[in-house]
Amino acid sequence: MSELTVFKRPEALLPVTMHYCPGCTHGISHRLVAEALDELGLRERTVGVAPVGCSVLAYDYFNCDFHEASHGRAPAVATGIKRARPDLIVFTYQGDGDLASIGMAEIVHAANRGEKITVIFVNNAIYGMTGGQMAPTTMPGQVATTCPLGRDTNLAGFPIRMAELLSALVTPAFIARGSLHSPLEVVKTKALIKRAFQYQREGTCFSLVECLSTCPTNWGITPTDSLKWLEENMLPYYPLGIKKTPEGKEA
Amino acid sequence: MAKLLMKGAEAIGEAAIAADCRLFFGYPITPQNEIPEYMSLRLPQVGGTFVQAESEVAASNMLYGAGGSGARVFTSSSSPGISLMMEALSYLAGAEVPVVIVNIMRAGPGLGGILPAQADYFQATKGGGHGDYRCIVLAPWSVQDAADLIMDAFDLADFYRNPVLMIGDALIAQMMEPVEIREGRKPCKPLAPKDWATTGNKGRKPNIINSLILDPEDLERHNRRLKAKFDSMERDEVRWASYNTDGDYDILIAAYGTPARVCLTAVNELKEKGVNVGLFRPITLWPFPYAPLREKAKKAKAVLTVELSTGQMVEDVRTAVCEDLPVHFYGRQGGILVTPDEVVEQVTALLGGARPKGARKGGKA
Amino acid sequence: MSKITIDPNKCKGCELCVKACPEQILAMGKQLNVKGYFYAQVAEQPRCIGCRICCIVCPDVAIEMAVQGTMYKYFDY
Repeated sequence: MSELTVFKRPEALLPVTMHYCPGCTHGISHRLVAEALDELGLRERTVGVAPVGCSVLAYDYFNCDFHEASHGRAPAVATGIKRARPDLIVFTYQGDGDLASIGMAEIVHAANRGEKITVIFVNNAIYGMTGGQMAPTTMPGQVATTCPLGRDTNLAGFPIRMAELLSALVTPAFIARGSLHSPLEVVKTKALIKRAFQYQREGTCFSLVECLSTCPTNWGITPTDSLKWLEENMLPYYPLGIKKTPEGKEA
Repeated sequence: MAKLLMKGAEAIGEAAIAADCRLFFGYPITPQNEIPEYMSLRLPQVGGTFVQAESEVAASNMLYGAGGSGARVFTSSSSPGISLMMEALSYLAGAEVPVVIVNIMRAGPGLGGILPAQADYFQATKGGGHGDYRCIVLAPWSVQDAADLIMDAFDLADFYRNPVLMIGDALIAQMMEPVEIREGRKPCKPLAPKDWATTGNKGRKPNIINSLILDPEDLERHNRRLKAKFDSMERDEVRWASYNTDGDYDILIAAYGTPARVCLTAVNELKEKGVNVGLFRPITLWPFPYAPLREKAKKAKAVLTVELSTGQMVEDVRTAVCEDLPVHFYGRQGGILVTPDEVVEQVTALLGGARPKGARKGGKA
Repeated sequence: MSKITIDPNKCKGCELCVKACPEQILAMGKQLNVKGYFYAQVAEQPRCIGCRICCIVCPDVAIEMAVQGTMYKYFDY
């Protein structure tokens, strides 16, 4: 009886151990991107851009060309690559500190210019690599090392909903939010990511998928409790689903 | 290409196109606006791409992406905008990405003014960004010079896989002068294929454009490999010119960019009065021509450095001549251009003549 | 019949697979891997229904699955 492999490491991921903390769902979104590249046959003409953040070492994990970008500037670097080589598939893989804070201008303008790139935006409501500081996406009352008594919305405002914010731009785009906290949502997020890359492959529009993600280490709770925390706290505030499609209506 | 009367900014753009540059990312800032404006019109005509970025920070990172993908690419800005590009400049050097950055300098510091200045010398030559890195800094003194030097800049950048800066005061971009774009000229360096670029890893290991090296041993090795590269630039890429230095002269003037042309007028005026003065013009501000300047200074009793700043290159001039002879400085700031008369006055004063009454006191360093 | 393989040295002991398995056939082992984590193990291989949820939720791509004979495809992944 022949043995059929039904699940294995995608070719677009290198056979290396990733440095992410135990239970950190970055590893899942890495795999989803890699699976999308494999299934769409894009790996060999893809260039990724990993800016500063937990995912800065992504170039060690993906089996495709990569740029390491300075903090917040991945959408600009990706613009440079895509404009130089429109035939290549270009994606950025960014965290919430990188994209929603220092890189806000870059992401808004890349989206507004309609750069034909794909942005994988991992939102775990905290700065991971630097040790758990408050991010623009940190929840009200959530404790972080720079808001030790919990985020005070009078002082630091409310968390930014990037998918909605970018969807307000007029330039056509595919913008959606998924989550990595449950098998079902992982499967649905994979579909969103794949669709984002398809839009790029067809040269249709800018695409961004926001992935709600956990950070057990800096949230200070176990990986499995983190999934529950995400579900109870982040999900209500960051509703999942497709926010914008180039066709204009909820396709 | 025939000789044309062109504005410096446009000559720089046309020369870049003649050097096969097809990509420009920029942002508006006076007094270099005509460069992005020209590129936005011309690049689409030659199958190229122009992008106006949302900031100089973004423009310099677009440069990083395009350069890392193997494209010839340049940007231009003016002093404050170049300050915003300093982080990227460090990344470009660290990740060894060949690009050209043009700084059309304006008076500073801060918002300062929009008229010509040379007060970004330190920023350009001593490293405005973080970490140990160097960039070749070219300093044209005319529109023709700017058109020639930017073409060389692309070759130097590609050859050394390092960013190259070309800096000129606002006049360089704003003047109109007859210029001949040297199309089809031979590259000034042998150029190898860019097999390190991110062009899609079909049939090869991934190419990675990166400056992050967390392991200290590896990072030290990387720093030393870069240092060896910078040393070879210092050995092979020094460029300078001198004027009226064959005979004897008591004073040697050191100046670059437009002020050097002003000083040349002064040198000629003094010559007619029987006063022989030499002029030394660095063309690469880094690597600085220490040895040639030291050589030329041997015949003189004193060196007068003339800059549009409160004195920056003067420090390198002092390093070049060591303690052998006094190095004087005369500068104008605020965007005011030094005039031939002022230079003549300064030289006359240095030669023992009484300082003419009412002479504007330049910034004495 | 499906066969799950967990790479002991890629597992970081985060337990996500153990908690997610609908048949609860995975468990944390007692052995330490090269990084000092107790890695997950398949406790009751025969009861595996081949749904691949463990593979899907594993953040470290440490779990692979193979099947012999026909297998009911719960969902397209």
